[in-house]
Amino acid sequence: MSLRAFLLLMLLGLAATSAVAVVLARHAHREAFIELTRLEKARDELNIEFGRLQIEQATWSETNRIEQIASTKLGMKFPEGAEVVVVTP
Amino acid sequence: MSQRPRPNVFDPRRRLLVVAVVLGACGFAIAARAAWLQLLNPEFYQQQGDARFVRDVPITASRGAILDRNGETLAASSPVSSVWANPQETLKHPERLGELADALGVGRDELKQRLAARADREFVYLRRHMNPDAAAQVVAMGVPGVHEQREFRRFYPHGEVMAHVLGFTNIDDRGQEGLELAFDPWLTGKPGAKRVIRNRQGQIIDDVDLLRAAEPGRDLVLSIDRRVQYLAYRELKAALIQHRAYSGSVVVLDIPTGEVIAMVNQPSYNPNARAGGPGAARRNRAVTDLVEPGSVIKAFTVAAAMENGADPTRRIDTSPGVFPLHGHAIRDVRNFGLVDMTVLLQKSSNIASTKLALEMDDAHFHDVLTRFGLAQSTASGFPGEAAGTLEPAAGWGDIEKATISYGYGISVTPLQIAQAYAALANGGRLLPPTFVRGGNAAAPEGRQVIDPQIARSVVGMLESVVAPGGTATTAAVAGYRVAGKSGTTRRSVAGGYERRYISLFAGIVPVEQPRFAMVVAVHDPAAGQFYGGAVAAPVFHGVMDGALRLMDVPPDNVEAWLAGAAPAAPAEIGTDGLVPLDPATPGPTAPAADAGVQP
Repeated sequence: MSLRAFLLLMLLGLAATSAVAVVLARHAHREAFIELTRLEKARDELNIEFGRLQIEQATWSETNRIEQIASTKLGMKFPEGAEVVVVTP
Repeated sequence: MSQRPRPNVFDPRRRLLVVAVVLGACGFAIAARAAWLQLLNPEFYQQQGDARFVRDVPITASRGAILDRNGETLAASSPVSSVWANPQETLKHPERLGELADALGVGRDELKQRLAARADREFVYLRRHMNPDAAAQVVAMGVPGVHEQREFRRFYPHGEVMAHVLGFTNIDDRGQEGLELAFDPWLTGKPGAKRVIRNRQGQIIDDVDLLRAAEPGRDLVLSIDRRVQYLAYRELKAALIQHRAYSGSVVVLDIPTGEVIAMVNQPSYNPNARAGGPGAARRNRAVTDLVEPGSVIKAFTVAAAMENGADPTRRIDTSPGVFPLHGHAIRDVRNFGLVDMTVLLQKSSNIASTKLALEMDDAHFHDVLTRFGLAQSTASGFPGEAAGTLEPAAGWGDIEKATISYGYGISVTPLQIAQAYAALANGGRLLPPTFVRGGNAAAPEGRQVIDPQIARSVVGMLESVVAPGGTATTAAVAGYRVAGKSGTTRRSVAGGYERRYISLFAGIVPVEQPRFAMVVAVHDPAAGQFYGGAVAAPVFHGVMDGALRLMDVPPDNVEAWLAGAAPAAPAEIGTDGLVPLDPATPGPTAPAADAGVQP
């Protein structure tokens, strides 16, 4: 086999390999991108859930509501005048 | 039969040649065109193909939450679903519109009209901001061309209490009022974009590429304290109901940092309901509405006089309780006799303030007031903030100067009063009010607007206002030394003043190491009492009593507390230097410059 034919064959082989590699890389990119999208979606869902829980927590801990429950349900009141004892060192 | 060829004999080879050439040319043309399209100039059809299948779709970025200074949620976005349709597809199935309308909860005719009106478009919202589960059910019905889209809706767990400070967003989650508007770019975030391949039904069949990652909005940490804010809201509302007042505002500033700890207004509205009530209820009156400060300004009249070198112990003669000035009479509530500056503030003498003002240079007095930020925009950045009005000193006459010295002819916002009192308490250093925690961290020293010595002695004098014998004894807080000044002004209307009042109180607590400056303004109390000491000062007491405990401020007056000396019951309700109108005088009276001055 002449040198020329050998080089030609080798180049052909390289071109074919590179073509396959491009396809593989493209495929890997797609797969990675799909995975990324999935994870981002999961992250967003968790963030959203967190936000919802924060709103819920803030709603439950609303000062007005706590005051209502403390004074009506639990019969609590704020200490006044003589009920406050100042502790001296 | 002759074999000689006839000249006109038919020769198929020529015809074949012509056919071959024509066909060959056609084939070549097709091949050339194909090569042209495929190899040399492929962009056009590539673009056309992409335009039919490849789409850049936005990735929604969620809006940041708003938190109070302790990290409690004040506003947050939560996803909701909006159902939309492609009218071109949906209108092909009119038999299903009825059940679709029922599932959406909109009228059948309304739905039909809405689709018909946009029959030539490809997108119309059917219903926005639905419960995600309900929206999923609608889409699951499988009506052609009906899809859902995720959007965010803002929730305000504290409702009315925070409404004015926070403002609200519109249906597209963009800030419309208040801090939601002021910090919209910070909160919004940047929506991202990704490239996808869609099929004919509009379903995404492949993600191709990420063009831009979505940047979620950032959280905003405010200087507001949720608990103090609620306390202020509750006390103000109670006071408004008790005194049958029309509106009111409370501002609480943290003196060392200039941060706004609480800011509430009445009437308020529920920011979770988008209709939002009347516009008047939506104004953050503490920042957007102007009041004439009345006697509250006397602290600065005194400060200006002291800067001029006036001796605070010098006694000014206010007898006999009426002082004629260029044909006008300036009146005190009664004859206070000889008063020094402390008594001037304690009893709120208009005549003594006038006499101090008349000794002052116009430009200097004007300069002191503007240095304290009165009638100047505070640079708080709150949308719609009013600057106030104060005529340039060049336009003043004696009457103007006199009326300004006891707080008429100048209009300011409650926030400006709070800022000015905070500056007095902060050793004369003025910090611009900020709504963001750490908002003044870059310049914590502020601006020195008056000598610290003068500031301290004015605060000392203001303590007498809350002490027995002052005009605002109801502002006292057990265990703490309180300084403050009450004020009562007539509401100005076009061409004069009404028989309606604004009750004001500005206070500082604790005097030893000032922590809070608070301003209360109550408009139009109609239940009989209208003096600042009777209407506004008790609100100060109620809010500060709780706030000092909540914020762990050490008491600076333990001895009095230990001795069991509860704050003395008010012997007399102070009168803030406001001279009640002569009952015979009808409605709106004197021109503006004659405020509190009777001919």
